[in-house]
Amino acid sequence: MRGFFSRHWYAYAMVLPAVIVTGVLVVLPLLQGAYYSFTNINESNIANPVLDRPASYEFTGLDNYANVLSGDASYGSFWDILLRTLIWTFACVGLHFVIGLALALLLNRPMRGRGVYRVLLILPWAVPAFISAFAWKYMFNAQYGIINQVLRALGLPDPVWLGQSDLALIAVILVNVWLGVPFMMMTLLGGLQSISGSLYEAAEIDGATPWQKFRNVTMPGLRSVSSTVILLGTIWTFNMFAVVYLITGINPNTRLLITYAFERFFNGASRDYAIASTYGVLILSVLLVFASVYRRALRRQGEVW
Amino acid sequence: MSLDAASIKATENAAIAKPTGHVKRSRLASFGLHGALTVASLIAVFPVFWVFITSLKPDAKAAETTPTLFNESSFDNYANVLAGEKGAFLSWFANSAVIAILTTVISVFLSATAAYAVSRFRFPGYRGMMLSFLLIQMFPFAVLIVPLYNILLMLGLQGTSFGLVLVYCTTAVPFCAYMLKGYFDTIPRDIDEAGRIDGLSPFSVFWRLVLPLSKPGVAVTAFYAFLTAWGEVAFASAFLSASDESKTLAVGLQVFVQQNRTEWGHLAAASILVAIPAVIVFYLVQKFLVAGLASGAVKG
Repeated sequence: MRGFFSRHWYAYAMVLPAVIVTGVLVVLPLLQGAYYSFTNINESNIANPVLDRPASYEFTGLDNYANVLSGDASYGSFWDILLRTLIWTFACVGLHFVIGLALALLLNRPMRGRGVYRVLLILPWAVPAFISAFAWKYMFNAQYGIINQVLRALGLPDPVWLGQSDLALIAVILVNVWLGVPFMMMTLLGGLQSISGSLYEAAEIDGATPWQKFRNVTMPGLRSVSSTVILLGTIWTFNMFAVVYLITGINPNTRLLITYAFERFFNGASRDYAIASTYGVLILSVLLVFASVYRRALRRQGEVW
Repeated sequence: MSLDAASIKATENAAIAKPTGHVKRSRLASFGLHGALTVASLIAVFPVFWVFITSLKPDAKAAETTPTLFNESSFDNYANVLAGEKGAFLSWFANSAVIAILTTVISVFLSATAAYAVSRFRFPGYRGMMLSFLLIQMFPFAVLIVPLYNILLMLGLQGTSFGLVLVYCTTAVPFCAYMLKGYFDTIPRDIDEAGRIDGLSPFSVFWRLVLPLSKPGVAVTAFYAFLTAWGEVAFASAFLSASDESKTLAVGLQVFVQQNRTEWGHLAAASILVAIPAVIVFYLVQKFLVAGLASGAVKG
């Protein structure tokens, strides 16, 4: 035991500050949040030292989960929102990846003006997301937004983009794709540049077509980068709050799990903390299931991550 | 910008040296390549360009139904915003800056020590640390927001900037540690060993040898933490007190377009003022950011 500590105490001393902070501010709240999801806590019964009021919420067992998972509309129609969140996540991440990969492949060729294209293409990543959200909200405006002005000029229909219809979901997906492509493009470009040129030469000597080279050299070479960015991208998109909230506000047609949890936490006089926590736990569960399935799939292909 | 130009040159040279077999291409292919990239670049740049154009127009002209590039354009919106006529813009700016800087300093300090330990020592619990850095990024704020609100209420920090800084550290520390671990891994261990032979303690090796060598990596993580705090919306909306002076930019700018106020010209001007520092910082570090992300992520 003594040897154990004398060998490792440096390491533990250096890890300790980070462990304490994340422990107090992440693990503890996580456990507390999980506990809240079994209570009826809200603004009127939470402990409030300013008002000198003790906590008076009660343990209610699995009531919150039963209510939420029943899909009842007064608890947010969980299954509808889950479906919409999945559509949102896979549409965004799929388009991020496909467009990002296409642009990375184009940018990976030697040509004139490559640096200029690169600088211009990553601009959406450089601008703070909340600023971009305002910009798109303005451009999507039904009357004076530039998008509808162009559509009208072309003689096309000019719909109300951000109203109470599924068009609002399409609009926020478009915005999020615009926002997320540069990250994918740059990480995949980094991956492409790390693939050895000799592999392509060998493929060429064997008479491989461009498609075969893409399938058998490029894609395997990108495997480790793409598996990581797809995982991170999925988590980030699933939890993406700012874009949806700032562009459409509270709109049932763009309601995602994360925005609904915030709605329950923040809006209304009662501020239903219990249901917000229940949604939080459910979101975390979905992500954990996804991450472990994803990891297992990668393992089966022989990728250790 | 000079940093960026140099990095672009470096990648360009690398690409030329690497035979990819596509150097000679037909007119048509060349046209298609540049055409596709030009269209993509236009889509990427247009919204920002349009915000700039709008920022020069008076609010009434910004809401006209026929598009025009210039319409009674001037820099009046910028003057109004900076003069505080549309809300306490300078206070928001100062709040955002203070919060972002504090978040950066605290989270870089915490994550650098932890990342070094994880990078160099194989101690029991090492795998658990690495996994939790990844897992914590998965935590939605929805599950943490109520308890954090409760904790801040208990500590008397609810509604204060410092409370928000603590909250931001929860998201910044795991990500920064993840990135820095990848960066420390690229620094040869021989340096550590040489330092130890010369009689330095592991702490001094970290502080006096490895950290100075890691300046680019630390800089990138620092800027990343800064930008995260600079643009955060959800916690800032929920935790800061309602008084106008205590808002951050991300919260404050929302008032321009709420309810019956649609002051797009002023919003656009404020947006440009907010975006400029972020964009400059971003272009200075993006090359390292991508490299750090790739090495941290891939070799996990």
